[in-house]
Amino acid sequence: MARNKEALVLLLDVGPSMHHLLPEVEKICSMIVQKKLVYSKYDEVGVVLFGTEETENELTMEVGGYEHVVVLQNIKVVDGDLVETLKKIPRGTLPGDFLDAIVVGMDMLIKKYSSTNKGKKRLCLITNGLSPIKDPYEGSKEDQVNAIAQQMTSHGMKLESVVVRESVVLDENVSVMEENDRILNLFPKRTCAKMVFVESSTSLLGALKTRSISPVTIFRGDLEISPKLKIKVWVYKKTSEEKFPTLKKYSDKAPSTDKFASHEVKVDFEYKSVEDANKVVPPEQRIKGYQYGPQVVPISADEWDAVKFKPEKSVKVLGFTDSSNIMRHHYMKDVNIFIADPGDQNAILAVSALARAMKEMHKVAILRCVWRQGQGNVVVGALTPNVSDNDHVPDSFYFNVLPFAEDVREFQFPSFSNLPASLLPDEEQQEAADNFVKMLDLAPSDKEEMLQPDFTPNPVLERFYNYLELKSKHPDAAVPPLDKTLKRITEPDPELLAKKKSAIDSLLRHFEVKQNPKLKKSMKRMREKPSGSDEEDNYRRITSKNKVDLIENGVKVEKIGDLTPVQDFELMMSRRDNPEWINRAITEMKNKIHDLIEDSIEGDNYPKALDLLVALRKGCILEQEPKQFNDFLHQLCKFCLEHDLRSFCDFLASKGITLISKTEAVDSDVTEEEARNYLVKREAKPE
Amino acid sequence: MELDPDDVFRDDDDDPENEALRQRASSKELVVYLVDASPKMFSTNCPSEDQKDESHFRIAISCILESLKTQIINRSYDEVAVCFFNTREKKNLQDLNSVFVFNVADREFLDRPTAKFIKELSRLEEFFVKEIGSQHGIVSGSRENSLYNALWVAQALLRKGSAKTADKRILIFTDEDDPFGNIKGGAKADMTRTTLQRVKDAQDLGISIELLPLSQLDREFNVSLFYADLIGLQGEDLAQFVPAAGERMEDMKYQLRKRMFKKRIVRKLTFSVANGVSIEVHTYAFIRPTVLGSITWLDSVTNQPIKIERSFICADTGALMQEPPKHFQTYKNQNVKFSVEELSEIKRVSTGQLRLLGFKPLSCLKDYHNLRPSTFIFPSDEEVIGSTRIFIALHRSMIRLNRFAVAFYGTSSHSQLVALVAQEEIIDSGGQVEPPGMHMICLPYSDDIRHAEELHSGTNAAIPRANEDQIKKAAALIKRIDLKDFSVYQFANPGLQRHYAILQALALEEDDLPEIKDETVPDEEGLARPGVVKAIEEFKLSVYGDKYDESDNAGHKKVSEASKKRKALADGAVQKSAQYNWDALADSGKLKDLTVVELKFYLSAHDLPVSGKKEDLVKRILTHMGK
Repeated sequence: MARNKEALVLLLDVGPSMHHLLPEVEKICSMIVQKKLVYSKYDEVGVVLFGTEETENELTMEVGGYEHVVVLQNIKVVDGDLVETLKKIPRGTLPGDFLDAIVVGMDMLIKKYSSTNKGKKRLCLITNGLSPIKDPYEGSKEDQVNAIAQQMTSHGMKLESVVVRESVVLDENVSVMEENDRILNLFPKRTCAKMVFVESSTSLLGALKTRSISPVTIFRGDLEISPKLKIKVWVYKKTSEEKFPTLKKYSDKAPSTDKFASHEVKVDFEYKSVEDANKVVPPEQRIKGYQYGPQVVPISADEWDAVKFKPEKSVKVLGFTDSSNIMRHHYMKDVNIFIADPGDQNAILAVSALARAMKEMHKVAILRCVWRQGQGNVVVGALTPNVSDNDHVPDSFYFNVLPFAEDVREFQFPSFSNLPASLLPDEEQQEAADNFVKMLDLAPSDKEEMLQPDFTPNPVLERFYNYLELKSKHPDAAVPPLDKTLKRITEPDPELLAKKKSAIDSLLRHFEVKQNPKLKKSMKRMREKPSGSDEEDNYRRITSKNKVDLIENGVKVEKIGDLTPVQDFELMMSRRDNPEWINRAITEMKNKIHDLIEDSIEGDNYPKALDLLVALRKGCILEQEPKQFNDFLHQLCKFCLEHDLRSFCDFLASKGITLISKTEAVDSDVTEEEARNYLVKREAKPE
Repeated sequence: MELDPDDVFRDDDDDPENEALRQRASSKELVVYLVDASPKMFSTNCPSEDQKDESHFRIAISCILESLKTQIINRSYDEVAVCFFNTREKKNLQDLNSVFVFNVADREFLDRPTAKFIKELSRLEEFFVKEIGSQHGIVSGSRENSLYNALWVAQALLRKGSAKTADKRILIFTDEDDPFGNIKGGAKADMTRTTLQRVKDAQDLGISIELLPLSQLDREFNVSLFYADLIGLQGEDLAQFVPAAGERMEDMKYQLRKRMFKKRIVRKLTFSVANGVSIEVHTYAFIRPTVLGSITWLDSVTNQPIKIERSFICADTGALMQEPPKHFQTYKNQNVKFSVEELSEIKRVSTGQLRLLGFKPLSCLKDYHNLRPSTFIFPSDEEVIGSTRIFIALHRSMIRLNRFAVAFYGTSSHSQLVALVAQEEIIDSGGQVEPPGMHMICLPYSDDIRHAEELHSGTNAAIPRANEDQIKKAAALIKRIDLKDFSVYQFANPGLQRHYAILQALALEEDDLPEIKDETVPDEEGLARPGVVKAIEEFKLSVYGDKYDESDNAGHKKVSEASKKRKALADGAVQKSAQYNWDALADSGKLKDLTVVELKFYLSAHDLPVSGKKEDLVKRILTHMGK
């Protein structure tokens, strides 16, 4: 009953010139089947080889000809055996004829489905196109291609050809290659066909779509340039991240004898009242609360619906602007594509005219989009032209979402030119860098662009499906290392590095990097330091402070240092030239304690903090400032509880630190019992 | 449909690992607003926007109110205190005269702003005279110094929190440029000195003191009389100060309601450039979709938060279980099991954090090579000396040669092929618009790219292309509808602004919703200008001929096969449905005797859903009939 099931016939060139590529071909073909086993397990696949010694196909028996084409696998529903078959493709001995293979594959599809299943029949040809094709019995090769193309169109088949073209082609092959390219290129002109050239094994892995996803429009309607000019468009996703598959949770609770156990785990969410853990709050009694400052404001869905922002479904052009006004890094999300309504010839023309004009003028259109009725927000984005050079593909637009004012965080960074010369490259260094950038070129003019996104497979997903296949046979297998071909994506190409060694060496010669030797602090601390500008601030603050101190106080102790904080504190408290010193000493001490606790790792600073706290307590009693200490202790405990530093409170309690009570200082409003119980009580309180 | 606002704006990219880091690194701001409440502040001598005279006091309060309303959304962890000086009554911890700290119940003097606090402050005028009162605090003959007291109180309030994690500020609103003007001789010098000393002490504790002067109509606030010394103004700054302060007041009032983010490093990365040479770079989240504040589920009866408990139940046995350690994927009719460690091992494909692979011309970076917001990269010499120099050299080369770098960005949980695009610094009159550095853009893989544009090819006929004339007309049209100074930052998100406005109105029990302007609607007026209309008409004529209106209709007529079928089905159902006496069937309880197919006639004839079990269908029919 699978309505969307696809029939695919793989046409694989296994002639001698292909042998070194076959491992990659095996990988991509088995990947296609593996993914089908996961995502569309009712799809059907057949395999045809050409360039083989033997001949084995129905056509040769029926009409003769079609030699050296072997049907390795008739069209059947995908299964594990097929994966195995594709992992060991037999090598052929003769140059193969891809046109013969196409006809055989076509014949298989026609026999199996006749004209049903339109649009879901696909032929995939993988060849290097270096073997000559035979002249047909009658007419020219062009005529033959035309006849095949017509058949394919009438049966609703698609042809995808992947031509592997490595850089070195021997002279005698050039004419054959050109001829073959010309013939293969005829298909896209005549029928629904696509042809791609790849140069490396990595891009071969990415050249075929391993998972077919039926496209869905996210919007059909008017692209409104003004109320008087509306163009009918369909909007699809152009990119959408293929996520790592979500695996089910496994339950081993079912007895091993139970053959039909699903082993699934249901995740259940229960909404319970905070006060009474046994009371379940029914869904209709739940209401959403929104944070407003420290409060939570309950707003019911109905209330919300009545007042919320409700824009009308529409896609409107706000205007056009220079493409330089939009930076590449402003693009926010995956990309959409706008295509004219395929049934509306005029709309196709209108889109084509606008796209071409925008391209010439380097303009983009700014759009306001509400894709669906009832959507609670609008999207503003940039429409950029995508002019097609294939006669069968219409011109279209790409659409990228742009940020709103709220989405942009205005961070300031120092200008490079204002940095000290020691951080800037000199002329020679700059030259070395220039050379390096020029040399480490991934898109040389005479070769294919390397790591082109369109042909680069996702290494993580490839690895997962390979491991899945492995585990299905050997449940205890360990994760194998990353495939060599996939390593070309995650690591620099050693071949390229070797070739451009001089540029790299020169870069390394000109620049020196070393670990900062002064860096001895813990990682955590470094992470917390926010940025250059803040450090500068601190620096300024410290210097200005020192200046003031010097003028005012000469040599007397005017701040609490790190070495002898307790002594410093006591000296400061005993100064009598200004009563303010006491306050200052207390404040500084508090900050010191605070910092110690905050910076402590697993309580390593606690004993030190305790010493200071004891000194502070003593000082506060002496100077009759109990409130200062008591408030501070309250605050400190609160801070600790809020910041997961409970252990400090417990530590204090264990060392017998208490609030300052009335008996110790008359000004205190804390009784002795309260003072003693303060920390203890806190400890006993359940979380 | 219920739209979860959190869902709509969700930022699926933010790394949970770093959540904790962000919480700690974001330091908060502690602000004390010191408002002069002397009688002079109440004289109405300042024309407001709507030509009504307003007192300085009222201006100051409304300014603080607006600022608080934004702050409660932007940075609700910041703490504020509002403190009046030159008051009749006193309320402060030190029990000093002429200083009144305004507050509401359940709140410390210096605390996070609450709805109640804002609401009470907005009602201030109703009770100010009775409960606080205005009075000159500094009069000759008395040793009382209200400004000194106010600063002392403010400083004491700001003692809270360590100077490391908090930014502490005192903001003074006053129209008195010479507070000790009435005092003569030695007393004046004495008061000035002690006040300045008080300010210095505060500054030593890391508190910054700012002044928002309110000028009289006839006389401008003279900073040099006293306050220049207080806030440490000199030379050129002095002349600039008063006009600049005016702008700041405006700014305080018209801030966007958005949550503010402190500049924080998302990650520190090792960027491996070549053969073992790695430099240190920091990444910053520059542009991220803003999410609404967090949502808490409440019990609508008690308004208490609800605890959400997750439990795992074995589907086979119904037994309650711990979070299962294994996951599985059904494959080839068997369950292939994976442990968590194995899964994370699969995802760990790269050892380095950011590895340079090579460079490409910028033209290779297509518009559709995008998946998520970019991340900003800036070098640092903190751990690896020499990083900045290499980074700048590469940055300059890339700009000069019009190239971007391709790199592999791999962490333990996520990895991606990325483009690094060098951005030159852009400065305009308002400061830095684009900082210098590189933007890291996630590139899609072949699995992520779809080819929707090829879907509809396949017929023999070539797709029509616009001709020269049509392109020319399109160009003329584009020229007409030009947004000259477009900046991506110019629109506020209307959905978000509306959300905050509603929240504020409900929290403060305001009667009417503040008007939120949707800035994203097209300029209809501009589009109706004759020049634009003419360009549009010419374009239409060129592309559509005189058939624009027909084509518009044709679009509506053309219905897809599927919907045609659906329509036919519905029509059939209406006819069939008419053959039954539904009322009688329902009344006699015989509906359940009909077949599902028959029941569906009724449902489809009335545009009701046809899904579910037979019982559901019967129930649905009865509900629809009102029985």
